[in-house]
Amino acid sequence: METLVAPRPATLSRLGAIDCDVHPDAPRRADLMPYLDDYWREMVTSRDVDLLELTSYPTRTPPFNRPDWQAGEGKGVDKLRRNLLDPFGLRCAVLNCVTGVHAIYDPYLAAALCCATNDWLATEWLDRDPRLRASLVVPLQNPQAAVEEIERRAGDKRFVQVLALAMGEMPLGRRFYWPIYEAAERHGFALGIHAGSTYRHAPSQSGFPSHLVEDHVHQSQGFAAQVVSLVAEGVLVKFPNMKVVLIESGVSWLPGLMWRMSKDWRGARIEIPWVKEPPAALIRKQIRMTAQPFDAPLDPAELERIIEHLDADDMLLFATDYPHRHFDGDAALPAGFPERLLDRFVGENALSTYPRLEVLP
Amino acid sequence: MGRHVVARVDEVDIGKSKLVKVAGRDIALFNVKGEFFAIANRCPHEGADLCKGQLVGLAESDEPGQYRMTRHGELVRCPWHGWEFDIRTGKSWCDPARTRVKSFDVSVANGGTVVEGPYQAEIFQVSIDEDYVVVEI
Repeated sequence: METLVAPRPATLSRLGAIDCDVHPDAPRRADLMPYLDDYWREMVTSRDVDLLELTSYPTRTPPFNRPDWQAGEGKGVDKLRRNLLDPFGLRCAVLNCVTGVHAIYDPYLAAALCCATNDWLATEWLDRDPRLRASLVVPLQNPQAAVEEIERRAGDKRFVQVLALAMGEMPLGRRFYWPIYEAAERHGFALGIHAGSTYRHAPSQSGFPSHLVEDHVHQSQGFAAQVVSLVAEGVLVKFPNMKVVLIESGVSWLPGLMWRMSKDWRGARIEIPWVKEPPAALIRKQIRMTAQPFDAPLDPAELERIIEHLDADDMLLFATDYPHRHFDGDAALPAGFPERLLDRFVGENALSTYPRLEVLP
Repeated sequence: MGRHVVARVDEVDIGKSKLVKVAGRDIALFNVKGEFFAIANRCPHEGADLCKGQLVGLAESDEPGQYRMTRHGELVRCPWHGWEFDIRTGKSWCDPARTRVKSFDVSVANGGTVVEGPYQAEIFQVSIDEDYVVVEI
Protein backbone atom coordinates (compact mmCIF):
# COMPACT_ATOMS: atom_id res chain seq x y z
CA MET A 1 0.00 0.00 0.00
CA GLU A 2 1.24 3.40 -0.86
CA THR A 3 1.63 5.70 2.07
CA LEU A 4 0.95 9.37 1.69
CA VAL A 5 3.93 11.32 2.85
CA ALA A 6 3.52 15.00 3.48
CA PRO A 7 5.99 17.19 1.65
CA ARG A 8 8.34 18.51 4.30
CA PRO A 9 7.31 22.09 5.02
CA ALA A 10 9.84 24.89 5.19
CA THR A 11 11.84 24.75 8.39
CA LEU A 12 9.64 26.37 10.93
CA SER A 13 12.41 27.72 13.09
CA ARG A 14 13.59 29.99 10.27
CA LEU A 15 10.19 31.54 9.69
CA GLY A 16 9.88 33.52 12.93
CA ALA A 17 6.26 32.47 13.26
CA ILE A 18 3.61 34.06 15.45
CA ASP A 19 1.92 31.26 17.38
CA CYS A 20 -1.70 32.23 18.02
CA ASP A 21 -2.64 29.46 20.42
CA VAL A 22 -0.36 28.47 23.28
CA HIS A 23 -1.61 27.28 26.65
CA PRO A 24 0.09 28.14 29.88
CA ASP A 25 -0.45 25.81 32.82
CA ALA A 26 -3.78 26.70 34.38
CA PRO A 27 -3.20 28.69 37.57
CA ARG A 28 -4.29 27.15 40.86
CA ARG A 29 -5.35 28.87 44.04
CA ALA A 30 -1.81 29.22 45.33
CA ASP A 31 -0.81 30.95 42.08
CA LEU A 32 -3.65 33.45 42.25
CA MET A 33 -3.58 34.23 45.99
CA PRO A 34 -1.02 37.05 45.65
CA TYR A 35 -3.34 38.81 43.21
CA LEU A 36 -6.56 38.57 45.23
CA ASP A 37 -7.66 41.01 47.91
CA ASP A 38 -8.23 39.88 51.48
CA TYR A 39 -11.95 39.22 50.98
CA TRP A 40 -11.45 36.96 47.98
CA ARG A 41 -8.42 35.26 49.58
CA GLU A 42 -10.74 34.30 52.43
CA MET A 43 -13.46 33.18 50.03
CA VAL A 44 -11.34 30.99 47.77
CA THR A 45 -9.84 29.41 50.87
CA SER A 46 -13.04 28.74 52.78
CA ARG A 47 -14.92 27.67 49.65
CA ASP A 48 -11.94 25.59 48.53
CA VAL A 49 -11.72 27.13 45.09
CA ASP A 50 -8.50 25.64 43.78
CA LEU A 51 -8.34 23.69 40.55
CA LEU A 52 -10.28 25.79 38.06
CA GLU A 53 -10.99 23.10 35.53
CA LEU A 54 -13.72 23.13 32.94
CA THR A 55 -15.70 19.91 32.84
CA SER A 56 -15.30 20.06 29.09
CA TYR A 57 -11.54 20.21 29.41
CA PRO A 58 -10.03 18.28 32.30
CA THR A 59 -6.45 19.46 31.93
CA ARG A 60 -4.84 16.42 33.51
CA THR A 61 -6.45 13.90 31.18
CA PRO A 62 -3.39 12.17 29.66
CA PRO A 63 -4.42 12.03 25.99
CA PHE A 64 -4.57 15.81 25.76
CA ASN A 65 -0.90 16.53 26.27
CA ARG A 66 2.17 15.66 24.25
CA PRO A 67 4.31 13.32 26.34
CA ASP A 68 7.72 14.70 25.37
CA TRP A 69 6.60 18.22 26.25
CA GLN A 70 5.07 17.06 29.51
CA ALA A 71 8.21 15.18 30.50
CA GLY A 72 10.51 18.14 29.99
CA GLU A 73 12.20 19.72 32.95
CA GLY A 74 11.28 22.98 34.60
CA LYS A 75 7.97 24.76 34.69
CA GLY A 76 6.23 27.92 33.64
CA VAL A 77 8.05 30.17 31.21
CA ASP A 78 11.31 28.24 31.44
CA LYS A 79 9.63 25.08 30.27
CA LEU A 80 7.75 26.91 27.54
CA ARG A 81 10.99 28.44 26.28
CA ARG A 82 12.69 25.08 26.16
CA ASN A 83 9.81 23.17 24.61
CA LEU A 84 8.42 25.72 22.21
CA LEU A 85 9.65 29.30 21.97
CA ASP A 86 13.32 28.48 21.28
CA PRO A 87 13.15 25.29 19.18
CA PHE A 88 10.27 26.59 17.05
CA GLY A 89 12.00 29.95 16.59
CA LEU A 90 8.80 31.82 17.41
CA ARG A 91 8.66 35.57 17.02
CA CYS A 92 5.85 35.64 19.53
CA ALA A 93 3.19 33.46 21.08
CA VAL A 94 -0.30 34.29 22.31
CA LEU A 95 -1.15 32.62 25.62
CA ASN A 96 -4.72 31.41 25.98
CA CYS A 97 -5.51 30.62 29.57
CA VAL A 98 -8.65 28.53 29.29
CA THR A 99 -9.97 27.76 32.77
CA GLY A 100 -13.13 27.48 34.79
CA VAL A 101 -13.44 31.25 35.23
CA HIS A 102 -15.83 31.22 32.30
CA ALA A 103 -18.19 28.78 33.99
CA ILE A 104 -18.46 30.32 37.46
CA TYR A 105 -22.01 31.37 38.30
CA ASP A 106 -21.08 34.01 40.88
CA PRO A 107 -20.49 37.10 38.71
CA TYR A 108 -18.29 38.77 41.36
CA LEU A 109 -16.11 35.75 42.05
CA ALA A 110 -15.71 35.40 38.29
CA ALA A 111 -14.60 39.04 38.03
CA ALA A 112 -12.10 38.66 40.90
CA LEU A 113 -10.60 35.49 39.45
CA CYS A 114 -10.36 36.94 35.94
CA CYS A 115 -8.55 40.00 37.26
CA ALA A 116 -6.18 37.83 39.33
CA THR A 117 -5.56 35.51 36.36
CA ASN A 118 -4.63 38.49 34.18
CA ASP A 119 -2.29 39.83 36.88
CA TRP A 120 -0.73 36.39 37.17
CA LEU A 121 -0.33 36.14 33.37
CA ALA A 122 1.33 39.55 33.24
CA THR A 123 3.70 38.89 36.13
CA GLU A 124 4.52 35.21 35.83
CA TRP A 125 4.56 34.95 32.03
CA LEU A 126 4.52 38.18 30.03
CA ASP A 127 7.12 39.92 32.19
CA ARG A 128 9.45 36.97 31.83
CA ASP A 129 9.77 36.67 28.08
CA PRO A 130 9.36 39.48 25.56
CA ARG A 131 7.97 37.07 22.98
CA LEU A 132 4.84 36.38 24.98
CA ARG A 133 1.41 37.91 24.50
CA ALA A 134 -1.88 36.88 26.06
CA SER A 135 -5.64 36.81 25.76
CA LEU A 136 -7.43 38.74 28.44
CA VAL A 137 -9.82 36.65 30.50
CA VAL A 138 -12.93 38.64 31.35
CA PRO A 139 -16.12 37.66 33.18
CA LEU A 140 -18.61 37.29 30.35
CA GLN A 141 -21.18 36.58 33.08
CA ASN A 142 -20.78 40.19 34.19
CA PRO A 143 -20.34 42.53 31.20
CA GLN A 144 -19.90 45.63 33.34
CA ALA A 145 -16.97 44.07 35.18
CA ALA A 146 -15.66 42.71 31.88
CA VAL A 147 -15.60 46.24 30.44
CA GLU A 148 -13.79 47.50 33.56
CA GLU A 149 -11.19 44.74 33.14
CA ILE A 150 -10.69 45.70 29.47
CA GLU A 151 -10.26 49.36 30.44
CA ARG A 152 -7.81 48.41 33.19
CA ARG A 153 -5.58 46.48 30.76
CA ALA A 154 -5.96 48.73 27.73
CA GLY A 155 -2.54 50.27 28.37
CA ASP A 156 -0.82 46.88 28.41
CA LYS A 157 -0.54 45.99 24.75
CA ARG A 158 0.73 42.54 25.52
CA PHE A 159 -2.94 41.60 25.98
CA VAL A 160 -4.16 41.35 22.39
CA GLN A 161 -7.61 39.77 22.55
CA VAL A 162 -10.53 39.06 24.83
CA LEU A 163 -11.28 35.39 25.40
CA ALA A 164 -14.66 33.64 25.24
CA LEU A 165 -15.70 29.99 24.94
CA ALA A 166 -17.32 28.28 21.97
CA MET A 167 -20.21 27.08 24.13
CA GLY A 168 -21.32 29.37 26.90
CA GLU A 169 -24.44 30.70 28.54
CA MET A 170 -26.00 32.04 25.35
CA PRO A 171 -25.01 32.88 21.80
CA LEU A 172 -22.24 35.46 21.66
CA GLY A 173 -24.16 37.63 19.23
CA ARG A 174 -26.66 38.67 21.91
CA ARG A 175 -26.77 42.32 22.91
CA PHE A 176 -26.00 41.32 26.50
CA TYR A 177 -22.35 41.06 25.41
CA TRP A 178 -22.18 44.17 23.26
CA PRO A 179 -20.67 46.47 25.90
CA ILE A 180 -17.72 44.05 25.97
CA TYR A 181 -17.34 44.24 22.20
CA GLU A 182 -17.65 48.02 22.24
CA ALA A 183 -14.78 48.31 24.72
CA ALA A 184 -12.75 45.63 22.94
CA GLU A 185 -13.08 47.30 19.55
CA ARG A 186 -12.34 50.75 20.97
CA HIS A 187 -9.05 49.48 22.38
CA GLY A 188 -8.13 47.27 19.42
CA PHE A 189 -8.70 43.89 21.06
CA ALA A 190 -9.85 40.97 18.92
CA LEU A 191 -12.48 38.58 20.26
CA GLY A 192 -10.99 35.11 20.65
CA ILE A 193 -13.44 32.22 20.88
CA HIS A 194 -11.75 29.10 22.20
CA ALA A 195 -13.01 25.53 22.11
CA GLY A 196 -14.69 24.56 25.35
CA SER A 197 -18.06 24.52 27.05
CA THR A 198 -19.41 25.87 30.29
CA TYR A 199 -21.94 23.02 30.22
CA ARG A 200 -24.88 25.36 30.59
CA HIS A 201 -26.23 23.39 27.66
CA ALA A 202 -25.52 20.02 26.11
CA PRO A 203 -22.44 20.20 23.89
CA SER A 204 -24.40 18.62 21.08
CA GLN A 205 -27.45 20.37 19.72
CA SER A 206 -29.36 17.13 20.07
CA GLY A 207 -28.56 16.52 23.73
CA PHE A 208 -25.76 15.06 25.84
CA PRO A 209 -23.41 12.62 24.14
CA SER A 210 -22.01 9.50 25.78
CA HIS A 211 -18.33 9.69 24.87
CA LEU A 212 -15.41 12.06 24.98
CA VAL A 213 -14.82 11.71 21.24
CA GLU A 214 -18.30 13.09 20.65
CA ASP A 215 -17.54 16.12 22.83
CA HIS A 216 -14.52 16.87 20.70
CA VAL A 217 -16.34 16.59 17.40
CA HIS A 218 -19.26 18.67 18.67
CA GLN A 219 -17.01 21.65 19.24
CA SER A 220 -17.45 22.60 15.60
CA GLN A 221 -21.24 22.82 16.15
CA GLY A 222 -20.55 25.26 18.95
CA PHE A 223 -18.30 27.41 16.78
CA ALA A 224 -20.77 27.27 13.90
CA ALA A 225 -23.56 28.52 16.16
CA GLN A 226 -21.38 31.41 17.33
CA VAL A 227 -20.42 32.46 13.80
CA VAL A 228 -24.06 32.43 12.69
CA SER A 229 -25.09 34.38 15.80
CA LEU A 230 -22.38 37.03 15.35
CA VAL A 231 -23.47 37.55 11.74
CA ALA A 232 -27.24 37.50 12.26
CA GLU A 233 -27.41 39.56 15.45
CA GLY A 234 -25.30 42.21 13.75
CA VAL A 235 -22.10 42.05 15.83
CA LEU A 236 -19.87 41.93 12.76
CA VAL A 237 -21.73 44.87 11.22
CA LYS A 238 -21.78 46.87 14.45
CA PHE A 239 -18.11 46.27 15.32
CA PRO A 240 -16.42 46.10 11.92
CA ASN A 241 -12.95 46.71 13.31
CA MET A 242 -13.02 43.81 15.74
CA LYS A 243 -11.69 40.57 14.32
CA VAL A 244 -13.10 37.33 15.73
CA VAL A 245 -10.61 34.49 16.09
CA LEU A 246 -11.89 30.92 16.31
CA ILE A 247 -9.29 29.01 18.30
CA GLU A 248 -9.03 25.21 18.02
CA SER A 249 -12.14 25.31 15.90
CA GLY A 250 -10.91 23.21 13.02
CA VAL A 251 -11.24 24.75 9.60
CA SER A 252 -12.95 22.59 7.01
CA TRP A 253 -16.50 23.02 8.36
CA LEU A 254 -16.56 26.76 7.66
CA PRO A 255 -16.89 26.84 3.84
CA GLY A 256 -20.10 24.80 3.95
CA LEU A 257 -21.53 27.11 6.59
CA MET A 258 -20.62 30.18 4.53
CA TRP A 259 -22.27 28.78 1.41
CA ARG A 260 -25.40 27.81 3.26
CA MET A 261 -25.81 31.02 5.21
CA SER A 262 -25.23 33.15 2.14
CA LYS A 263 -27.91 31.22 0.33
CA ASP A 264 -30.45 31.27 3.16
CA TRP A 265 -29.78 34.97 3.63
CA ARG A 266 -31.18 35.65 0.17
CA GLY A 267 -34.62 34.53 1.23
CA ALA A 268 -34.55 35.50 4.89
CA ARG A 269 -32.48 38.67 4.90
CA ILE A 270 -35.63 40.79 5.33
CA GLU A 271 -35.53 39.68 8.98
CA ILE A 272 -31.96 40.99 9.47
CA PRO A 273 -31.73 43.92 7.04
CA TRP A 274 -28.59 45.25 8.76
CA VAL A 275 -26.78 42.36 7.06
CA LYS A 276 -26.40 44.04 3.70
CA GLU A 277 -23.88 41.76 2.09
CA PRO A 278 -23.71 37.99 1.83
CA PRO A 279 -22.75 36.47 5.20
CA ALA A 280 -19.77 34.77 3.55
CA ALA A 281 -18.35 38.20 2.70
CA LEU A 282 -18.71 39.37 6.30
CA ILE A 283 -17.19 36.14 7.60
CA ARG A 284 -14.22 36.43 5.26
CA LYS A 285 -13.61 40.00 6.37
CA GLN A 286 -13.80 39.48 10.10
CA ILE A 287 -13.55 35.83 11.14
CA ARG A 288 -10.14 34.20 11.58
CA MET A 289 -9.20 30.64 12.53
CA THR A 290 -6.16 29.07 14.15
CA ALA A 291 -4.91 26.17 12.12
CA GLN A 292 -4.15 23.50 14.75
CA PRO A 293 -5.98 21.20 14.83
CA PHE A 294 -6.60 21.27 11.10
CA ASP A 295 -9.36 18.86 10.11
CA ALA A 296 -8.13 18.18 6.60
CA PRO A 297 -8.31 15.16 4.31
CA LEU A 298 -5.56 12.56 4.72
CA ASP A 299 -4.01 13.44 1.38
CA PRO A 300 -1.97 16.63 1.92
CA ALA A 301 -2.52 17.55 -1.72
CA GLU A 302 -6.16 18.23 -0.88
CA LEU A 303 -5.47 20.75 1.84
CA GLU A 304 -5.09 23.53 -0.68
CA ARG A 305 -8.61 22.86 -1.95
CA ILE A 306 -10.02 23.55 1.50
CA ILE A 307 -8.12 26.80 1.61
CA GLU A 308 -9.51 27.63 -1.84
CA HIS A 309 -12.99 26.98 -0.51
CA LEU A 310 -12.40 29.52 2.24
CA ASP A 311 -11.65 31.86 -0.66
CA ALA A 312 -9.65 34.22 1.54
CA ASP A 313 -5.90 34.21 2.02
CA ASP A 314 -5.93 36.00 5.35
CA MET A 315 -8.25 33.86 7.45
CA LEU A 316 -5.83 31.28 8.80
CA LEU A 317 -3.47 31.92 11.70
CA PHE A 318 -0.54 29.72 12.55
CA ALA A 319 -0.82 27.95 15.91
CA THR A 320 0.70 24.98 17.68
CA ASP A 321 -1.96 24.55 20.38
CA TYR A 322 0.93 23.76 22.73
CA PRO A 323 0.99 21.55 24.82
CA HIS A 324 -1.71 19.51 23.10
CA ARG A 325 -0.78 16.77 20.75
CA HIS A 326 -1.58 17.39 17.11
CA PHE A 327 1.82 16.73 15.55
CA ASP A 328 5.23 15.30 16.38
CA GLY A 329 8.52 17.12 16.41
CA ASP A 330 8.15 20.57 14.93
CA ALA A 331 5.72 19.61 12.15
CA ALA A 332 3.29 22.33 13.21
CA LEU A 333 2.62 23.55 9.68
CA PRO A 334 -0.32 21.57 8.32
CA ALA A 335 0.94 19.08 5.73
CA GLY A 336 0.40 20.41 2.24
CA PHE A 337 0.00 24.04 3.28
CA PRO A 338 0.63 26.09 0.12
CA GLU A 339 4.02 27.76 0.01
CA ARG A 340 2.57 30.92 -1.56
CA LEU A 341 0.54 31.65 1.59
CA LEU A 342 3.21 30.83 4.13
CA ASP A 343 4.30 34.39 4.96
CA ARG A 344 0.73 35.43 5.56
CA PHE A 345 -0.03 32.31 7.54
CA VAL A 346 2.87 32.50 9.98
CA GLY A 347 2.88 36.24 10.53
CA GLU A 348 1.09 38.81 8.41
CA ASN A 349 -2.38 37.48 9.10
CA ALA A 350 -1.83 37.63 12.87
CA LEU A 351 -0.55 41.20 12.62
CA SER A 352 -3.65 42.32 10.76
CA THR A 353 -5.90 40.41 13.14
CA TYR A 354 -4.44 41.91 16.30
CA PRO A 355 -3.98 45.69 16.05
CA ARG A 356 -2.43 45.66 19.53
CA LEU A 357 0.24 43.15 18.55
CA GLU A 358 3.53 44.98 18.31
CA VAL A 359 6.49 42.92 17.20
CA LEU A 360 9.96 43.75 16.08
CA PRO A 361 10.30 43.46 12.31
CA MET B 1 -39.87 42.58 -31.41
CA GLY B 2 -43.43 43.64 -31.15
CA ARG B 3 -45.94 45.28 -28.93
CA HIS B 4 -48.40 42.89 -27.45
CA VAL B 5 -51.69 43.74 -25.83
CA VAL B 6 -51.81 41.49 -22.80
CA ALA B 7 -54.66 42.66 -20.57
CA ARG B 8 -57.32 45.22 -19.95
CA VAL B 9 -56.11 47.70 -17.35
CA ASP B 10 -58.99 46.86 -15.01
CA GLU B 11 -58.09 43.17 -14.99
CA VAL B 12 -55.13 43.69 -12.65
CA ASP B 13 -55.87 45.53 -9.41
CA ILE B 14 -53.28 47.63 -7.62
CA GLY B 15 -50.85 45.39 -5.78
CA LYS B 16 -51.91 42.33 -7.80
CA SER B 17 -50.44 40.34 -10.64
CA LYS B 18 -51.45 38.34 -13.67
CA LEU B 19 -49.68 35.66 -15.61
CA VAL B 20 -49.71 36.39 -19.32
CA LYS B 21 -48.29 34.48 -22.25
CA VAL B 22 -46.58 36.48 -24.94
CA ALA B 23 -44.80 35.00 -27.92
CA GLY B 24 -44.48 31.70 -26.12
CA ARG B 25 -43.11 33.25 -22.92
CA ASP B 26 -44.65 33.27 -19.47
CA ILE B 27 -44.61 36.80 -18.17
CA ALA B 28 -45.65 38.06 -14.76
CA LEU B 29 -47.52 41.34 -15.01
CA PHE B 30 -47.78 43.51 -11.89
CA ASN B 31 -49.77 46.60 -11.02
CA VAL B 32 -47.74 48.73 -8.60
CA LYS B 33 -49.77 51.71 -7.44
CA GLY B 34 -51.39 51.99 -10.89
CA GLU B 35 -48.15 51.53 -12.81
CA PHE B 36 -47.61 48.29 -14.71
CA PHE B 37 -44.45 46.17 -14.78
CA ALA B 38 -43.61 42.89 -16.48
CA ILE B 39 -40.88 40.38 -15.72
CA ALA B 40 -40.22 36.81 -16.74
CA ASN B 41 -42.37 34.57 -14.59
CA ARG B 42 -39.74 31.97 -13.72
CA CYS B 43 -37.57 32.49 -10.64
CA PRO B 44 -33.94 31.83 -11.62
CA HIS B 45 -33.40 29.95 -8.35
CA GLU B 46 -35.74 26.95 -8.55
CA GLY B 47 -38.26 28.01 -11.14
CA ALA B 48 -41.22 29.13 -9.01
CA ASP B 49 -43.94 31.31 -10.53
CA LEU B 50 -43.05 34.88 -9.64
CA CYS B 51 -46.59 36.00 -10.54
CA LYS B 52 -47.65 34.22 -7.34
CA GLY B 53 -45.17 36.16 -5.24
CA GLN B 54 -46.18 39.01 -2.97
CA LEU B 55 -45.36 42.59 -3.79
CA VAL B 56 -43.39 43.93 -0.86
CA GLY B 57 -41.36 46.95 0.14
CA LEU B 58 -37.61 47.06 0.66
CA ALA B 59 -36.57 46.43 4.26
CA GLU B 60 -33.48 48.43 5.14
CA SER B 61 -31.51 49.12 8.28
CA ASP B 62 -28.59 51.25 9.38
CA GLU B 63 -28.25 49.58 12.75
CA PRO B 64 -29.16 46.19 14.25
CA GLY B 65 -32.69 46.40 15.65
CA GLN B 66 -33.71 49.41 13.57
CA TYR B 67 -35.88 48.92 10.52
CA ARG B 68 -37.04 51.06 7.65
CA MET B 69 -39.43 50.15 4.86
CA THR B 70 -38.99 51.97 1.57
CA ARG B 71 -40.12 51.44 -2.03
CA HIS B 72 -43.46 50.02 -0.97
CA GLY B 73 -44.70 47.29 -3.29
CA GLU B 74 -41.77 47.58 -5.68
CA LEU B 75 -40.20 44.20 -5.01
CA VAL B 76 -41.65 40.77 -5.59
CA ARG B 77 -40.81 38.01 -3.11
CA CYS B 78 -40.58 34.60 -4.69
CA PRO B 79 -43.29 32.41 -3.17
CA TRP B 80 -40.93 29.47 -2.63
CA HIS B 81 -37.77 30.79 -0.94
CA GLY B 82 -38.36 34.48 -0.47
CA TRP B 83 -35.76 35.83 -2.87
CA GLU B 84 -36.56 39.46 -3.64
CA PHE B 85 -36.59 40.88 -7.17
CA ASP B 86 -36.80 44.51 -8.12
CA ILE B 87 -39.97 44.81 -10.13
CA ARG B 88 -38.49 47.63 -12.22
CA THR B 89 -35.28 45.93 -13.30
CA GLY B 90 -35.79 42.23 -12.59
CA LYS B 91 -32.59 42.23 -10.56
CA SER B 92 -32.32 40.16 -7.40
CA TRP B 93 -31.78 42.43 -4.40
CA CYS B 94 -29.14 40.14 -2.90
CA ASP B 95 -27.15 39.50 -6.06
CA PRO B 96 -28.09 42.12 -8.67
CA ALA B 97 -25.08 41.46 -10.88
CA ARG B 98 -25.60 37.77 -11.41
CA THR B 99 -29.17 36.88 -10.46
CA ARG B 100 -31.93 38.55 -12.42
CA VAL B 101 -35.04 37.87 -14.39
CA LYS B 102 -35.71 39.55 -17.69
CA SER B 103 -37.85 42.65 -17.47
CA PHE B 104 -39.99 44.03 -20.26
CA ASP B 105 -41.17 47.46 -21.19
CA VAL B 106 -44.82 47.99 -20.41
CA SER B 107 -47.15 50.76 -21.40
CA VAL B 108 -50.84 51.53 -21.33
CA ALA B 109 -52.62 52.31 -24.54
CA ASN B 110 -56.14 53.33 -25.33
CA GLY B 111 -58.24 50.88 -27.27
CA GLY B 112 -58.63 53.31 -30.10
CA THR B 113 -54.87 53.44 -30.63
CA VAL B 114 -54.55 49.71 -30.29
CA VAL B 115 -57.00 49.05 -33.08
CA GLU B 116 -55.16 51.34 -35.46
CA GLY B 117 -51.55 50.89 -34.45
CA PRO B 118 -48.93 48.20 -34.88
CA TYR B 119 -50.12 46.25 -31.85
CA GLN B 120 -50.60 42.52 -31.79
CA ALA B 121 -53.83 41.79 -30.04
CA GLU B 122 -54.35 38.26 -31.14
CA ILE B 123 -56.13 37.07 -28.02
CA PHE B 124 -58.15 40.19 -27.37
CA GLN B 125 -61.29 41.59 -28.57
CA VAL B 126 -60.18 45.20 -28.25
CA SER B 127 -62.78 47.78 -27.45
CA ILE B 128 -62.02 51.38 -28.29
CA ASP B 129 -63.49 52.62 -25.02
CA GLU B 130 -60.98 50.93 -22.74
CA ASP B 131 -57.29 51.07 -21.80
CA TYR B 132 -54.98 48.13 -22.38
CA VAL B 133 -51.66 46.99 -21.01
CA VAL B 134 -49.05 46.58 -23.73
CA VAL B 135 -45.84 44.59 -23.31
CA GLU B 136 -42.95 45.06 -25.65
CA ILE B 137 -41.06 41.92 -26.49
